[in-house]
Amino acid sequence: MADMTQSAAGQGLCSCHVCNLVSKRERASVAAHCPRCGASLHFRKPGSVSRCWALLIAAYILYIPANLLTIMETGSLFSYRKDTIISGVVELWRTGSWVIAIIVFIASVTIPLLKLISLTLLLVTVQRRSRWHPRQRTRLYRLVELVGRWSMLDIYVVTLLAALVQLGSMATVKAGPAALAFGAVVVLTMFASMQFDPRLIWDPLQKERTP
Amino acid sequence: MVHNSAQLIACHDCDLLQREIPLKPGCAASCSRCGAVLYRNATDSIERTLAYTLAAAVLFVIANVFPIFAIEVQGAHSAINLLGAVRSLWDQQMQFISLLVFLTTILIPALELITMTYLLLPLKFSRVPAGYTHFLRMMQIVEPWGMVEVFMLGVLVSLVKLTSSFKVIPGVALWSFGCLTLLLAAAAAAFSARDVWARLDRKPGEEVAAWPI
Repeated sequence: MADMTQSAAGQGLCSCHVCNLVSKRERASVAAHCPRCGASLHFRKPGSVSRCWALLIAAYILYIPANLLTIMETGSLFSYRKDTIISGVVELWRTGSWVIAIIVFIASVTIPLLKLISLTLLLVTVQRRSRWHPRQRTRLYRLVELVGRWSMLDIYVVTLLAALVQLGSMATVKAGPAALAFGAVVVLTMFASMQFDPRLIWDPLQKERTP
Repeated sequence: MVHNSAQLIACHDCDLLQREIPLKPGCAASCSRCGAVLYRNATDSIERTLAYTLAAAVLFVIANVFPIFAIEVQGAHSAINLLGAVRSLWDQQMQFISLLVFLTTILIPALELITMTYLLLPLKFSRVPAGYTHFLRMMQIVEPWGMVEVFMLGVLVSLVKLTSSFKVIPGVALWSFGCLTLLLAAAAAAFSARDVWARLDRKPGEEVAAWPI
């Protein structure tokens, strides 16, 4: 009889990551396939922690040029300016577009930082087999998954402006190298959060260990 | 084998084993340990998702063909549509960004709409689409990368930035993108992979049966 207070993996039951069907799996060492959809079964995402760390570290490294280099160059007959992510937000704030400044600040500064810090926290606590607030940590993971995509905002804004404002000497907008780095940060952190397996947060609380 | 264990469900966030219970329409079941939403009783999920998807497909074409907006300053005029923006960025030696924008706003939303129609249209008429497991798997993989709603916000932010120095003329695609965002959100909310699997589990000719409890 299945125990409804324990994890499925602890009872040799494996949930299919494609169709969610729960099926019996005797040994973790033998490759198994879902009886309904044929996808290969894993108790936990394979190599979750190390893959997530690798992607996250790459994202940390690229986060530095993403913030230090120019994301957008604006030139016209009367003025020329280079903007980093932060100076772009400051400029929006200074010219009175407060709502837009706040939206861009949240999407380009708060969310990437939140993702990097949260994933680091989750990985460290999972590796230490911490039993500290598992429900809150799972919520944090869901938040990271939910908001991650919105950091693409700045990439789209730069794309649209750089493509549209090509009026020669009158006005020209160019995308800078930081756009490349920032785009890579967004993609890498999205892959990192996909690789992370939130079920690892709960494993230390189980009576039986994953076979 | 499938049906014996189908009544069991393991939470995708904490792996707690639970038993499925029948739900009232519009209700959702959440995990008793971590609070994740496990499944919901979406009435007519397949029909409603199909309707939203087909409507979204029409708007998707319009949104990609017509210009998003145009700017005018001292007689000079410039207008873009989405594909034009992608191409322009490619020409400016920003291939990675160009590709990223192309994937997240054109290719993947298009793939999603085509896959969704391919899966749901036959199911609506009680037929099983060939190779459905691969298509359902593909849906799952590409789903996080379709970012039309983020792009829509990007369009709005660009509009505000542009109005400070140019005369901006909104295009047809601007409104289409707005409506497309709403329709895609409605389709995503109506879609339930669990219902699709339940319908696929049914043997041909079998009467409409509830998911075994």
